[in-house]
Formats: sequence, C-alpha cells, structure tokens
Amino acid sequence: MDGIHDVGGMHGFGPVPELTADGPFAEPWEGKAFVIGALSARIAGGNLHAMRHAIERVPPSEYLVGYWNRWTIGAQIMMEDSGIVTDEEVRARAARLSGQDVPEPPAPTPSKPQMPSGGAGNLRSRDTPPAFAVGDRVRVADRDHTGHTRLPRYVRRRTGTVTALQPCQVFPDTAAHFVAEDPQHCYTVDFDSTELWGPGAEPFRLSIDLFEPYLEPAP
Amino acid sequence: MTSASEHLDPALRVEALASLLIDRGLLDQATIETFVKTYEQSVGPMNGAKVVAKAWTDPEYRARLLADGTAAIGELGFKGPQGEHMVVLENTPAVHHVVVCTLCSCYPWPVLGLPPNWYKDPAYRSRVVREPRQVLREFGLDLDDGVEIRVHDSSSEVRYMVLPERPAGTEHYSEAELAALVSRDAMVGVANVAVP
Repeated sequence: MDGIHDVGGMHGFGPVPELTADGPFAEPWEGKAFVIGALSARIAGGNLHAMRHAIERVPPSEYLVGYWNRWTIGAQIMMEDSGIVTDEEVRARAARLSGQDVPEPPAPTPSKPQMPSGGAGNLRSRDTPPAFAVGDRVRVADRDHTGHTRLPRYVRRRTGTVTALQPCQVFPDTAAHFVAEDPQHCYTVDFDSTELWGPGAEPFRLSIDLFEPYLEPAP
Repeated sequence: MTSASEHLDPALRVEALASLLIDRGLLDQATIETFVKTYEQSVGPMNGAKVVAKAWTDPEYRARLLADGTAAIGELGFKGPQGEHMVVLENTPAVHHVVVCTLCSCYPWPVLGLPPNWYKDPAYRSRVVREPRQVLREFGLDLDDGVEIRVHDSSSEVRYMVLPERPAGTEHYSEAELAALVSRDAMVGVANVAVP
C-alpha cells in the first residue's frame, strides 16, 4: 500500500541521527513491546507479512512517533484482526492501570486466519523455472498497490538489470492477506541512480530484491 | 479501531496489552524476560564481529562466507529469525556497500542483533537510497569520489551484512583483538573499521 512506511526517496525527514552504541532497548517497556510484537504473529495466527502489513496500517501520525510505538500498534492491529483483543479493551486496561475505575469491555471472539503453510520460515521452492536470468534487463511493472507489497514506490516503472537470483520465497503480497503462500522467484535487480532520480543524481548503484510478479521484460 | 483513537502513551499501551495477553494465557513474564535477555546479551553485533574477524584471518573462511553467507555464518553457530538467507557484501578500496530497509527495518538479527535507532529512522531510510554519499558524510564517513557506492534495499527475506575492509596496522592482531575493533555500524556500511 502507498503508506507512510514506504519512505524510500522521500524528502523532509531532516539530518540522519547520530550513530550511537546503544543497546536494543532504551527503557524496559521497549523490551516488552519487542516481545509482544515478536510473538504477535503466533498469538494472532498470522505471519511475518501480516505483521508488516499491520504496521503499514498504523496511522501516519502514530507511525512517526517512533519504532516501538508503531511496532506495538501494529501488533495490536493484527491481534484485533484475529479477535484476540479490541482497542476498547486495551484503552480500558490502560485506564485501570493508571488508577481509573472504568469498566472492562467484553473480550472478542477469536477468529484466527487459516492459511496452509509450507513450513517454518519463508524459503520455499516452485515448480516453474525462473522467468529471468542474470544480465536480463527488466522493468518494474505497474501493479495494484492497495494491499501489502514489498515493491517500494521509488522503483516502480523503472528499468534495471538482474544481478542475482535469490531463493524462492513466500510471496508477501498474498501471504499478508492469508490468500496463499504462493512462493515466487526473487531477483536482485540493480538500478543506476540516474534511472531512479534523474540526470542530476549522485552516482551510485541501487540493488533491491524483487519478486517475479513485480517484473516484466524491459521493452 | 486503533486508527480513529487518540494517542495512547506507548509504554502504557504496552503494559495494557501485556496485561490482557497474560490474563488470557497468551503471554507470560518468563517468556518476556527470556526474549529481552537474549537480545540484550547473546544476539548482537559481537556475533557479526566474530564473523568479520574470522574472515580477515582465514582466507578459506572468507571465501566460504562470500560464496554462501548463511552456511559460513552458521558454522559459528549464528542462525535464527531474520537470518534465513544471508548474503555478505565485501567492501574493497574500490566499492563500498551500505544496507537499508526502506519499507520497514529488516536487519540481520543473528549477526547484528536488533537494529539501532538510526537504522529505523525515516531520515536514514528515505535518504540513503537517494543521496548515500551525503548520508555517509553526515555519519562521518567521507568516501573518495572514486569509490563506487552500492546501496542494498532489504526488500525480501534476504539479509545483508557488510564485510568491512581490514584496517592497516592490524597485521599482528589476534582474531579476538580484531573482533573488538569491528563496530555494528561498519557491518551495515555506514562506517569503516578504524584502529584506536
């Protein structure tokens, strides 16, 4: 989806932060947030792709508050989708933890998604051979971007060169919506910076891993 | 629905969610503590630093690492979530690699642990695919104009780790001494390894 998460190439976020040697959690609640998010796919009967899509659906104003905030809200959205918790419950519990005597709303009825899985992780195989080979020129296709995708805006309709064939993987675009794992071939595609950003771009090469349905032969 | 509601303090939301999940038997305190301890103490950039130091001192290991990152990293016992398929990118005097995930914050957990704040920040994610040389300069890494920059956007389940250049003057260092020099930032490609 064309959400706030797809930031590649956007202007306006200012200077990069300082490189610091901090540990993973600045405060104890961040560690707890990490665990809830890490387990949320299992708790909600979802998967990694559904979790990413849930984070993409965090409202932009909340998304930009910070990583552990969007991570937690994403986990909550996925659990709401599966009938594990409701937002009303979370807010009521938060109020009670803050000392307010508010009633607790009833718990929802769980309705976890059901999608057959080919096993742990995301590496799979596919019967059909790869459509592209190293050295092929490919164009990034126009697609329906309303759902989850790992195709960022900034490479759409751009032309690049296949530089590696990566392992066949669960297709995020369908798995995130519990349609099917539908494993797809995956390619590293290299783009010249001027193809992405015009003739005045800094000279560099951009490599990105793209699934076969995202690609078509270059005209 | 979450989206329509007013902002809730993140720490309070986490407490509320945890408390509901614990009530429902879906989470427990011991699991939380085990996970946090693992990623605070056992899974972090010290793992990747061992991989780099071994590659610097053992040419055959280096060759295996570049040919099949997952297997060579697995030789040292580092595997797990967000490390299913590892590709190692070797920096040279002519080519400098830098890694990002523009769509979220994908990162090679088994070798580098959880990502630092700067890696998750929209400023890094938005800009490094558009003006990497300027971003590296802001981080304090001023590359010569002749160095080719390659930016890798981690958009699939492939995870990337940079094998930095071994600094001059470390010929007499042991593998452990070398590992102590290797920073997280160098293994993402936003810094080089320096001798103190």
